[in-house]
Amino acid sequence: MSDQFMIGGQEFQSRFILGSGKFSLELVQAVVENGGAEMVTVALRRANLGGEENIIEYIPKSITLLPNTSGARTAEEAVRIARLAREMECGNFVKVEVIRDSKYLLPDNYETIKATEILAKEGFIVLPYMYPDLNVARSLVDAGASAVMPLAAPIGSNKGLSTQDFIQILVDEIDLPIIVDAGIGRPSQACQAMEMGVDAIMCNTAIATANNVALMSKAFKQAIEAGRAAYLAGLGRVLNNQAEASSPLIGFLED
Amino acid sequence: MAVNQLNHMEYMAGMEAIDSNIMDKVLSKIADYDYQQFTGQDVKKALAKQLLSLDDYAAILSPAALPFLEAMAQKAMLETKKHFGNSVCLFTPLYIANYCENHCVYCGFNCQNKIRRGKLAYEEVEKELRAIAATGLKEILILTGESRLQSGVEYIAEAVRLAAKYFSTIGIEIYPLNSEEYAYLHQCGVDFVSVYQETYNTRKYEQVHVSGPKRIFPYRFHAQERALLGGMRGVSFGALLGLDDYRKDAYAAGLHAYFIQQKYPHAEISFSTPRLRPYINNAENNPNDVHEKQLLQVMLAYRLFMPYAGITISTRERSVFRDHIIGMAATKISAGVRVGVGGHGEEEKGDEQFEISDARSVKEVHQMILKRGLQPVYSDYIRV
Repeated sequence: MSDQFMIGGQEFQSRFILGSGKFSLELVQAVVENGGAEMVTVALRRANLGGEENIIEYIPKSITLLPNTSGARTAEEAVRIARLAREMECGNFVKVEVIRDSKYLLPDNYETIKATEILAKEGFIVLPYMYPDLNVARSLVDAGASAVMPLAAPIGSNKGLSTQDFIQILVDEIDLPIIVDAGIGRPSQACQAMEMGVDAIMCNTAIATANNVALMSKAFKQAIEAGRAAYLAGLGRVLNNQAEASSPLIGFLED
Repeated sequence: MAVNQLNHMEYMAGMEAIDSNIMDKVLSKIADYDYQQFTGQDVKKALAKQLLSLDDYAAILSPAALPFLEAMAQKAMLETKKHFGNSVCLFTPLYIANYCENHCVYCGFNCQNKIRRGKLAYEEVEKELRAIAATGLKEILILTGESRLQSGVEYIAEAVRLAAKYFSTIGIEIYPLNSEEYAYLHQCGVDFVSVYQETYNTRKYEQVHVSGPKRIFPYRFHAQERALLGGMRGVSFGALLGLDDYRKDAYAAGLHAYFIQQKYPHAEISFSTPRLRPYINNAENNPNDVHEKQLLQVMLAYRLFMPYAGITISTRERSVFRDHIIGMAATKISAGVRVGVGGHGEEEKGDEQFEISDARSVKEVHQMILKRGLQPVYSDYIRV
């Protein structure tokens, strides 16, 4: 059965997007291979082109780069970073990330919408990182986003689907790929998000800080695939604690 | 106090006063800080929490926390990983001048000391910058002694413009400025400002800062806030541990940073932990002495209280300490350090402020970081 995953007109076989900011670079390749990721984020501020420990040199050439605008505090800064990324030949994809809170690192939805609109008009394939709010997601659609990336929990927290109900609303209402971005701490949480109908998962800290990163990457790959299959299959009925009486309320019709 | 001495709590002419209540909040909190009241139970409770309150922070800085250092270290390591992953940033300081107008009784640069003074000419600054850039570093910290006369804002601005040609991240550690001056240096390429309060005990501060503009406590205290008002991206905090009661000073530095982050949520916060080394043969005698164990406690407490803050480990500490603290609490480490004026490209032009304990090159520190399973990061900032 065909199960296409398209972003910005490009098809991906894998629904696992790797965040790279917290990794030891020499491990990136093994993580990509074991996880089967086809897209890897790159913080432009880390790239250090032509210098020591340039992350781009560690990412296999077949992978689609997803440069992000981390470090941007305003829409304007995000736009400038995205343009730089394009000049550095990182491609047309960009993950818009506008954060002006150093404690929780929560995205600024308002600035994110502004940056998305400008960059989409300039031909970028924009994937905005956002706090899961339906109105904002609708505005991002109007602004020309190619996907929306709601957070599950604060970045790096590994807390899992803290915003589950609100992500579900986006899945139900927004006609763009929904990629759960920050906060996924373990494969089971990735699986659960995929069961909900989320289109893809982005993960960084949970893998980067595992004891065996390559193996954890593989575990995420399998969890994401299992969750997707379960979603496509349609989850069966899950009962609460008690067994069900057959028709306790409308049984009277038969009386 | 001698009759002709300045009142250390009153601004001198030309010093900008800003509207802020942060100093009052910090001073009143440390006045009430009685670290002897905390027990092991308080420490355990604090360590069980995800976000520490101000009282939890007070508890883990107390003597009652010393038996829990291993548990603190393990939690700190997890927090560091969560927020910074495997990354350890590399930088080096460059002293461009060591003239100073202040008489601070604890400092090698103080204006009464007969040391070799020097100031790099612009060509010399550039030669130094080039030599440092050749090691691969992308982040530099430019330092001067505290003399507006000898190393004025314009002199520093020119050095910064030169540095911007070679480095993506430029910090300064100079005398405190007014917000307009910070804005000017920000335009020239500075994004990060370090100012250390030395001690937050105003009486001690007055005693050890005998003369010079540094004597004015509130002007120094509000420097970070003026820097942020001037558009700087990040500010660094620290007390000179061991100058006074280091627990109170570390508590104050943490609160100072905490209140600044609350008021300026976008600000990138970081800590440094300079310390006065205890005299040999005086081990464990003076309760203010900061041995490595106490230093470690302070660094772990900073990490647990503000898990998102950067922590820099100084070359003044020995390599064994430095190698172990990265990834556990520290997120930034200096390498290839010279603490005299210049000394990277040419011979030093002025004497050192202090001695370093870790003379390893950038390459050597890079290798050490990799060996510890961590990732050396040269560039972590992009100026747009």
